[in-house]
Amino acid sequence: MKELRATLALQSLPWPVLVGLGVIGAVFQLANPNFLTPLNLTNLLLQIAATGTLATGMVLVLLLGEIDLSAGAVSGLCAACMAVLHVRHGVNGALAAGAALVLGATIGTLQGWWITRLRVPSFVVTLAGLLAWQGALLFVLGSTGSVNLRDPFVVGLAGTFLPSGAAWIAASVVVLLQLAARVRHQAQRARAGLATSSTGNMAVHAVLLILVIGGTTAVLTADRGFPLAVVILVGMMAVVDGMVTRTRLGRHILAVGSNAEAARRAGIPVSRVRITAFALCSTLAALGGVLAASRLQAVNQSSGSGDLLLNAIASAVIGGTSLFGGKGSAWSALLGALVIGSISNGMDLLALESSIKFMVTGAVLLVAVTVDALGQQGRR
Amino acid sequence: MSNTGTPLLELRGAGKRFGAIQALSGVDLVVRSGEVLALVGDNGAGKSTLIKCMAGSHPLDEGLLLVQGEPVHLRAPPDATRLGIETVYQDLALCDALDVVANLFLGRELLVPGAGRPLRMLDEVVMEQKAREVLAELAVTIPDLRAPVASLSGGQRQCIAVARAVMWNSRLVILDEPTAALGVAQAGQVLDLVRRLRARGLAVLIISHNLADVFAVADRIVVLRLGRKVADVDARAVSREDVVAAITGAAERA
Repeated sequence: MKELRATLALQSLPWPVLVGLGVIGAVFQLANPNFLTPLNLTNLLLQIAATGTLATGMVLVLLLGEIDLSAGAVSGLCAACMAVLHVRHGVNGALAAGAALVLGATIGTLQGWWITRLRVPSFVVTLAGLLAWQGALLFVLGSTGSVNLRDPFVVGLAGTFLPSGAAWIAASVVVLLQLAARVRHQAQRARAGLATSSTGNMAVHAVLLILVIGGTTAVLTADRGFPLAVVILVGMMAVVDGMVTRTRLGRHILAVGSNAEAARRAGIPVSRVRITAFALCSTLAALGGVLAASRLQAVNQSSGSGDLLLNAIASAVIGGTSLFGGKGSAWSALLGALVIGSISNGMDLLALESSIKFMVTGAVLLVAVTVDALGQQGRR
Repeated sequence: MSNTGTPLLELRGAGKRFGAIQALSGVDLVVRSGEVLALVGDNGAGKSTLIKCMAGSHPLDEGLLLVQGEPVHLRAPPDATRLGIETVYQDLALCDALDVVANLFLGRELLVPGAGRPLRMLDEVVMEQKAREVLAELAVTIPDLRAPVASLSGGQRQCIAVARAVMWNSRLVILDEPTAALGVAQAGQVLDLVRRLRARGLAVLIISHNLADVFAVADRIVVLRLGRKVADVDARAVSREDVVAAITGAAERA
């Protein structure tokens, strides 16, 4: 069986979460036939855009073995600043959204600096941040407590759907570029005399890629079109994944998370790496806040609060990113967000009480963390 | 290499004090290229302090450190690294979650050539190629260079840590208890690697509690006792009993 899986190149797939998704999909489809319809699946993806974005940022600090509890509050505050700048001060919508990201980066840098230079645990610093930025959100919104957004750019982030033709062309280009990059990489390895994947391996990869991207495009274009928010979410994840797996910064983040002392001895600037990861996490939280505001077409006092933060952490962990540092990927945030989003969406369709929803989500998180912890023991 | 000529590293009258405790005093030590020097002694004899002085972790309080005849002052570990002195500590300092290639190049990653430095990608192909060359040269066999080091055996991990220390033009490798916590076969793997380093003309300083391992690889044995050097002998000229006597102080009382 081991050899078979290896030859099929499927060994590296995150099986537990994929099986989990399959089970969740089957159960809800049996309970309510509307679950697996293009309409509902499109809604599901729009619902997870903000959570998935926050979760991707969370992956970066989890890779360090740290945590950021302020991500939800930061997303709310940054979205509120964008809304207030735009609506009350007449700043251009795109510019205001950019300012929100800059604010996120600044907050993350500040928190990261506090954690690394003053050696206060990230749990405490970001818990303080959770409260403080929540307060700042209320302060910025002022007495009205809510700001409605009508700017075409901001609202368009979540409200734009690519028409079928454009979506299929874009999907084909992405698939072709991916396949070309893979072939080129294999050719480089072959030239360098290194082991290469078998043709069968490559074929399985290609088929999987086409199935996933083609299938998603087919489902989404059957409804309103391919949502721009999904393009932003997946594109952002691809960039973060490339950063983690292919750049020096990403390698250093993994090294610091795996063994900070070893990283320090190897000459890696550990503090700078940590601060950068916290800055990126808060920047992505800000982006998530902008996406959430765009979908709601408003920012209010509850923006970024509620279960957003916990869902973001849960998504990263359920997707397979370890709480113990050094292990995980940006894509885990997408898979985890799909699990969390499907459960929430499915239970909404069944009109279950929020009491049940919270308990089920809690149980799923506990199972995911337990799997992570058991895996950790297994490696010792 | 012969025993004549300028030694690679030399300590003259080295002393180190921590508060009221004199950890080292008046230690003279010579380390030559192409030689395996074993440093033995009881717990608290000053072995760790001595290697930390050579690795730049502890500045010397008294005495001189000479590298190729030139007096040097090591303020921090990078100073030692620049002079070609690498230390492999007992805890190995590997990143378990990273693969073999990533660990060998940790902190010295190669990037694909081209402009735009911060955006440049890691050159995994060249790194893997070089990793393979280095491990082949040292005859270290690792089945899968892309496996996380957590999945390797203790002997393989020790060999990776040593390979990382020697792959950057180092001239002296200091190994702190390289065979502790290893089984016989795995310890044999590591000792073979030490012999190959010697054959390549490197100086190897090895700390060990295991006298069987010491006699298996060392050319010369230095015994520390209570911060002083009490013996500095050719390994072929002494017996195990002589060394034990020097370690325990029985030789002094006799």
